[in-house]
Amino acid sequence: MSEEANSLDFSRYPQRHLLGIAERTSDEISFLLDLADRYVVQNRLPGKKLDLLSGRTVINLFFESSTRTRTSFELAAKRLGADVINMSVSTSSIKKGETLIDTAMTLNAMRPDVLVVRHPDSGAVQLLSEKVNCAVINGGDGSHEHPTQALLDALTIRRRVGRLEGLTVAICGDILHSRVARSNIHLLTVMGAHVRLIAPPTLMPSSVERLGVEAFTDMRAGLQGVDIVMMLRLQTERMQGNYVPSIREYFRFYGLDQEKLSLAKPDALVMHPGPMNRGVEIDSELADDLDRSLIRDQVEMGVAVRMACLDVLTRVLRRDAETEAGVGT
Amino acid sequence: MTGARDNGRKALINARLLDPASGLDQTGAILIDQGVIQDFGPQLFNDGLPEGIEVFDCKGHCLAPGLVDMRVQLGEPGEEHKETIHTAGLAAAAGGVTSLVVLPNTEPVMDDVSGIEFVARRAREEKLVKVFTYAALTRRLEGREITEIGLLDEYGARGFTDGTKAVADAQVMRRALAYAKAFDQLIIQHPAEPSLSASGQMNSGELATRLGLSGQHPLAEVMMIERDLRLVEMTGSRYHVAHVSTAESVAVIRRAKARGLPVTCDTAPHYFTLNEHGVGDYRTFAKVSPPLRAESDRAAIAEAVADGTIDAIASDHCPQDQDSKRLPFAAAEAGIVGLETLLALSLAPVHRGDATLLGVLAQLTHRPADILRLPVGRLKAGLPADLLLFDLEESWRIDSSRFRSKSKNTPFDNHPVQGRVLRTIVDGRVIFQAE
Repeated sequence: MSEEANSLDFSRYPQRHLLGIAERTSDEISFLLDLADRYVVQNRLPGKKLDLLSGRTVINLFFESSTRTRTSFELAAKRLGADVINMSVSTSSIKKGETLIDTAMTLNAMRPDVLVVRHPDSGAVQLLSEKVNCAVINGGDGSHEHPTQALLDALTIRRRVGRLEGLTVAICGDILHSRVARSNIHLLTVMGAHVRLIAPPTLMPSSVERLGVEAFTDMRAGLQGVDIVMMLRLQTERMQGNYVPSIREYFRFYGLDQEKLSLAKPDALVMHPGPMNRGVEIDSELADDLDRSLIRDQVEMGVAVRMACLDVLTRVLRRDAETEAGVGT
Repeated sequence: MTGARDNGRKALINARLLDPASGLDQTGAILIDQGVIQDFGPQLFNDGLPEGIEVFDCKGHCLAPGLVDMRVQLGEPGEEHKETIHTAGLAAAAGGVTSLVVLPNTEPVMDDVSGIEFVARRAREEKLVKVFTYAALTRRLEGREITEIGLLDEYGARGFTDGTKAVADAQVMRRALAYAKAFDQLIIQHPAEPSLSASGQMNSGELATRLGLSGQHPLAEVMMIERDLRLVEMTGSRYHVAHVSTAESVAVIRRAKARGLPVTCDTAPHYFTLNEHGVGDYRTFAKVSPPLRAESDRAAIAEAVADGTIDAIASDHCPQDQDSKRLPFAAAEAGIVGLETLLALSLAPVHRGDATLLGVLAQLTHRPADILRLPVGRLKAGLPADLLLFDLEESWRIDSSRFRSKSKNTPFDNHPVQGRVLRTIVDGRVIFQAE
């Protein structure tokens, strides 16, 4: 596998970090997806483990609890042979920023190779990346970005449909608080897909059309003729106040069921970043419909995408180290 | 000064005398006696200089009343690690500010006589700039019970405000306005409807959406102003809107003034210099309250400064140490230090030809002084010799590492400006001299 991966041109992703999708080019994204594709194949083989990251240290630094994403990153790192440490840091007991910067400085002194960081504040991962020497992957920051989620969503679509360009993708639900939505908007639009956002007016960010998308508050209108329906989790923990009158009302107007899905293309596919609130965002029957639902595929693609990201960033580290050594001689 | 003899008489000659209150803009001189302006004008000393007087040649530079900064946070008492009365005094002097007015959101809050006395005593000890104080409008800034407005007035409070917090309760505001009228006192509002603005970290709009930061809609500002103006109409009290930041706010205030309501307002240089893009990649040094707005708002503020709808330009000096700013955007404190950049940033519209020199100086001197009933801010025989000598043309770059202020939180680091303070004089004493 590593030989196969080596056949790719790694100079197509020259970045030191993966902090977001917004600044990434279509070629950088395509490259990451191509590499991830190879890891999908690798992960289906009996001998999954490689030694590509042997001797490397990956730290999962989570200021916000997340079993799924953390496990996915952990598995990805271990399959590449890295040493992995998981750190969960509570933000409630100490003043947030002190913990962030102090922790960054402390961890940096331990000379990790990659930090995977999740933080409840937008921009926090970027701030941290400025304080450390290693590569940083944004594992989700506030309502800002969740780049590996967007990449795994794209990989899932690309593998099932064969392309991203020209597809119409509806992202539905709590757009306002969703980092998944923001990263997906950037990725899908730069890759040539048409993006529609569907949300109650209270959960639609302002001036969102300026991001190159169409906004709908009527789910039935928004779903007309779409190829992909990407549902979002209703982030009740981020909500201060009454954004929607009730869960019952939310499901009635913005929950995905067979009837609403029938307005999309006949072969439209359904996605969800998980964890799902069944009966709130999505009808349970639909979530488990293997013909329509890509939800389990998304989880599988997650590991492959994260392996690709770890692979490419550690190669950038190696390149930088070699350049530095070369300068010194 | 040359020819020194310490008889308290000083002559500043060969100056471009600027007095926005009277419209004076002529080359001339000023005679200071015992810290007070005795005489000034183009003809002064035409018959020669008196014997034995201290003489200083201004070399044609601008000599104006010292700046009156009507909105400053000191840090003392309570947050001396951010700023003290001493460091704020040095910063003010370096910025050409000779009088400043302190917000009451200190620790403890200045909601009783002792807080005001403390600041007044410390300022006297420092012998730098003149320090005046506002008092809290409500006890502990909680927005519920009004403070002892009459007693605080007797002890020299120049106005009543809850500082960086809006008085949300309309009934409290109504009573405060009505009660303050008996003492002809000024009520100053931080204009933000809290239920709309509290969660907003920056101006709402495309950039906030892209950055994933919660937005504060401009409507939160004008809505509070419109509510208060109704109460001003009802009570007839003097009312001042602090740091106006939106086009709609300006329009509403302009209409209220046209109707004869006793309303005034100020803004800070960052609201007509920067727009929301100053926040860029989560730059917490550009986090302020109210937030930096859209370009159309910035332009409207600049226009309102130029046409005089905005009565005063205040620095809104808000010192924050590194630990308060080097945080994720949502967790970082709001505020910019402004004492040392007030003049240079305010002169930018003059250099661009958008505003007149006397107009901008008026907003920095006699107009805030008049709003606060302070006996400063103009060239007039018998008034204290609080003066500012500056080079209108000198270009330089703001360098926060040279700030006298204890905190260096400014988004204007390395920002090119034109106009430099050369000398600051309070009561005839030189308290700042450029190197």
